[in-house]
Amino acid sequence: MPMLNKLIRSREGQLVIFTAVFFLAVGIVSPTFLSFQTVDSILTDSAILMIMASVQMMIILTRGIDLTLAANIALSGMVAALIGMYWPETPLFLVIGAAVASGLLLGVLNAVFIALLGIPAIVVSLGAMTVYRGMVFVLSGGQWVNSQEMSAAFQAFPLNRMFGLTNLAVIGIVLTILFMILMRHTRFGRELYAIGGNPAATDYVGINTKARLFAVYVLAGTAGGLCGYLWVARFAIAYTEIALGFELLTVAACVIGGVGIAGGTGSVLGAALGALFLGVLQNALPVMGISPFWQMAVSGLAILAAVIVNSRGRRKRGQQILRVSN
Amino acid sequence: MRKNIFTLIMAFVLFVTAAPAMAKDLKIALIVKNLGNGFFEACDRGAQEAAQEIGGIEVIYTGPTTPTAEGQIEIIRSLIAQKVDGIIISANDPDSLVTITKKAMRRGIPVMSFDSGVAEAGRVVHMAPSDSQFIGEQQVELMGQAIGYKGEFAVVSASSQATNQNEWIGYMKDALAKNPKYKDMKLVAVTYGDDQTDKSYREALALIRKYPNLKGIEAPTSVGFPASAKAVMDEGKVGRIFVTGLGLPSEVAGYVKKDVVRNFALWNPVDLGYSSVFIMKGIVGKEISGKKGEMVKAGRMGEISVRDGGLMVMGAPFVFNAENIDDWSSVF
Repeated sequence: MPMLNKLIRSREGQLVIFTAVFFLAVGIVSPTFLSFQTVDSILTDSAILMIMASVQMMIILTRGIDLTLAANIALSGMVAALIGMYWPETPLFLVIGAAVASGLLLGVLNAVFIALLGIPAIVVSLGAMTVYRGMVFVLSGGQWVNSQEMSAAFQAFPLNRMFGLTNLAVIGIVLTILFMILMRHTRFGRELYAIGGNPAATDYVGINTKARLFAVYVLAGTAGGLCGYLWVARFAIAYTEIALGFELLTVAACVIGGVGIAGGTGSVLGAALGALFLGVLQNALPVMGISPFWQMAVSGLAILAAVIVNSRGRRKRGQQILRVSN
Repeated sequence: MRKNIFTLIMAFVLFVTAAPAMAKDLKIALIVKNLGNGFFEACDRGAQEAAQEIGGIEVIYTGPTTPTAEGQIEIIRSLIAQKVDGIIISANDPDSLVTITKKAMRRGIPVMSFDSGVAEAGRVVHMAPSDSQFIGEQQVELMGQAIGYKGEFAVVSASSQATNQNEWIGYMKDALAKNPKYKDMKLVAVTYGDDQTDKSYREALALIRKYPNLKGIEAPTSVGFPASAKAVMDEGKVGRIFVTGLGLPSEVAGYVKKDVVRNFALWNPVDLGYSSVFIMKGIVGKEISGKKGEMVKAGRMGEISVRDGGLMVMGAPFVFNAENIDDWSSVF
């Protein structure tokens, strides 16, 4: 039983249980919801959020935040869409490569200001977010790229199937697992936790904080670029306002997943599960026919509840550190 | 700026050379928001068509190179100097044009606006592309045609507070309740995609899953429309669920080709230009003066009446389908 106890104690375990209970509860209200089809579409739908929440988690862990992720998706997606439109013969891997490269470039820009110049992440990314959005408009001339302007292969990739799941879901799961390994079992990951826990101390022990921060923003940007292509191809449309407000959803997923907003605590698994929970929520509420106003309220309540649980958990831990052993 | 001057000079040269030949013709200027805009090029086509049909009318198509009110003021000033017989304008700004259009009317040149209005003081009538009732009724009719006037359909709208969409949906419900033709059609749900692609897609997906007998989705918004069509395709319901709504032909063409969309509507710029010339002819010929209740016969568009505040409404939006989509998707 200690295993089970540990599971229930951990945020990840609680979230799994809560998501499952919620899923079943929705299923009781509307039985059509309980099907492989639903699971399949939730995984597909949440994949992008899972990836983005995972990288956002790494950034929040280092006491930063990246609000440019959604704008990055829109800009990199537009780059991919425009290449697909003007040069339809371009092999798909090059199109994806271009989106990834665009995301990487945006990540580097963020990293230069935040990691190298030490400007607060929220200020840099808030400004850069608007700049990148504006660039989407400049790049496209305000035009939409529509489904008939994208090649069949371009559109089909995210929803083609591999091992019985859509490519989108497979990419989401594989990347999440890779990020988990990165954060748990590599020196880089441990150092990120150290930076979040105490940046000054990390510097003193000789970890190159700037280099680690630089790497983490570039990694996030690159993942954003990939998701840009996936988003545009999946919905078969690219325009300036794509993924508007999505950056806050990634933060919400992190918060629900138990990532401390002040940095230093949290796990990739938690963030990914938070994303999955939001995915279940977003797909369940329309099925239940809940009014749009309640939908917003329910999402908001879930986030608030998570924040309250987070802060309570942390307070207890603080007390334990102070306890004197006799 | 140089381009602007060039356009003006060109317009002037055209006038000077054309004026003697058209001595008896009515000269009507069609001023658009900016040149090089596919929508207005199409308006001009309709205007020229009307001019030919009526006869004895010369339509002068002009506009600034960038959509500014200043550019339009310059053009109106020169048109006053050239003593045209009437001005039809799609205004870049409703208020700042009033002074100059009033001046034109004092000089005996009637001004009307179309598409985008000039404030009431500065024009005789305004020709609006359509009104909510027409749009709502037409959407139900299009849905009926797509699904054979029988079965369940749902709406994926913009946000739940969007004034336009809510009005249209209201008139759709009215039409369903009142017209016996639609008695076998049932509106099962109205959902809101908030004009976001991913949310609209999710709402459409939920509708498809929740209502296994669903036969149609109506999306009166240019974001929700393609998103719903994509959801229908991804669910493999092509041929069983049809999507219709309001959208630009270029944005929906791909789904018309794949038979997800059988028909949809939007105000037609050609008809807009066409009707405007008929109305201007009526104003110049003193048949109407912008009072409520007056009527103009606008050729193939039928009769158009003047409503409160000199407002005129063209009629139901233009319908696009597989036969004409290729012609239109390159236009706008």
